[in-house]
Amino acid sequence: MGIDRRAFLKIAGLSTILGLGGKAAFDILAPGELEASTNAASPGAGKRWAMAIDARLVDDKVISEATSACHRHHNVPDLDSAKEEIKWIWEEDYEHSFPGHQHEFVSDDIKHAKFLLLCNHCSNPPCCRVCPTKATWQRADGIVMMDPHRCIGCRFCMAACPFGARSFNWGDPRRVTRVPELVAKNQGFPYNKDYPTRAKGVVEKCTFCVDLLEKGEQPLCMTAANKVKKGSFTFGDLSDPESPIRSLLRKRYSLRRKFELGTNPNVFYLI
Amino acid sequence: MYDGGKIIAGLIIGIGLLMSPFFYNAGKAAKAPERVLTEKAKQAKECILDKAQMTASHFKLLDEWRHTVVRDGQRYYKRADGKVLYKSLQVTCMDCHSNKANFCDQCHNYMAVTPYCWDCHIAPEEKK
Repeated sequence: MGIDRRAFLKIAGLSTILGLGGKAAFDILAPGELEASTNAASPGAGKRWAMAIDARLVDDKVISEATSACHRHHNVPDLDSAKEEIKWIWEEDYEHSFPGHQHEFVSDDIKHAKFLLLCNHCSNPPCCRVCPTKATWQRADGIVMMDPHRCIGCRFCMAACPFGARSFNWGDPRRVTRVPELVAKNQGFPYNKDYPTRAKGVVEKCTFCVDLLEKGEQPLCMTAANKVKKGSFTFGDLSDPESPIRSLLRKRYSLRRKFELGTNPNVFYLI
Repeated sequence: MYDGGKIIAGLIIGIGLLMSPFFYNAGKAAKAPERVLTEKAKQAKECILDKAQMTASHFKLLDEWRHTVVRDGQRYYKRADGKVLYKSLQVTCMDCHSNKANFCDQCHNYMAVTPYCWDCHIAPEEKK
């Protein structure tokens, strides 16, 4: 049994009208709405915080001082386990810091150099795009911030971050004061009574010491590192062409980790 | 109705059993706990808002602080009398109210609310 031409035209006309309710209709009636959630917030508000680390000045002492200053201020426990490890700032070799640059004839000083890695506070952060609760988001000054109150522990951000900058709390971090094997490594935890710990089931990472920046101070890793080796760390506003970090980046050649992924990292390694 | 007497008697016993905790506890309502202030809190006299507002809606204030600090980066609060306070449960609130067990917990226990503040935020050390 077929349909006559009149019925066919009616059906065709109706389907056309209904079809208008699709993506095209959204684009016309509410432009940008569909794509809104996939676009990163603009750095905006005039500032774009960034850090430059002089790879030539970073040695074991700088690494240990910077790491312990950060981890002690932010109450980061030492869990003595690669799987459960919580890290805000950590040491890595050249090969694993810059896999895209690695080749067999890299100069010896770079090949054996140690790098301090931390959250890159990307201008186009993939972690923020995937967070279902906006527990991690980009502030107007470019800092990729973390709100543990909102984190549901889905770990999408950890899958999205190409730098491994995020750590998950598989258990209560305060167990380091109770588990006998961990007590010795975490004497005095929580170290900073004015800063919270985290709870089981939330993701955490470096915040560029946002609490100190708002008081007009500088990130702790930088303060600690510069005490050991002056000028090893530089922190500043990339949007200000006269800022120290901009003039440093004009003078020195720098690398960024996995820049080819397009996340636009804001931590620079001076070579 | 067959066996009406048994059914009604059973119902009465059953309902009686269900209601027994109410009869047992009738007229013995647990007394609301007294607010205990530390010396420092007594001397400060003023909290962030006035006493009635703090009692009734401190959690709304804390939620607002949490939101504005973490998400908007606004870390200071100007009190009605002009004094500027650092918005922090752990640093500012607990500085005066350092007796968490008597100030926070006993009333929260009475009201059967279990806020998860202290999963992360560090409570001041108290002498036991």
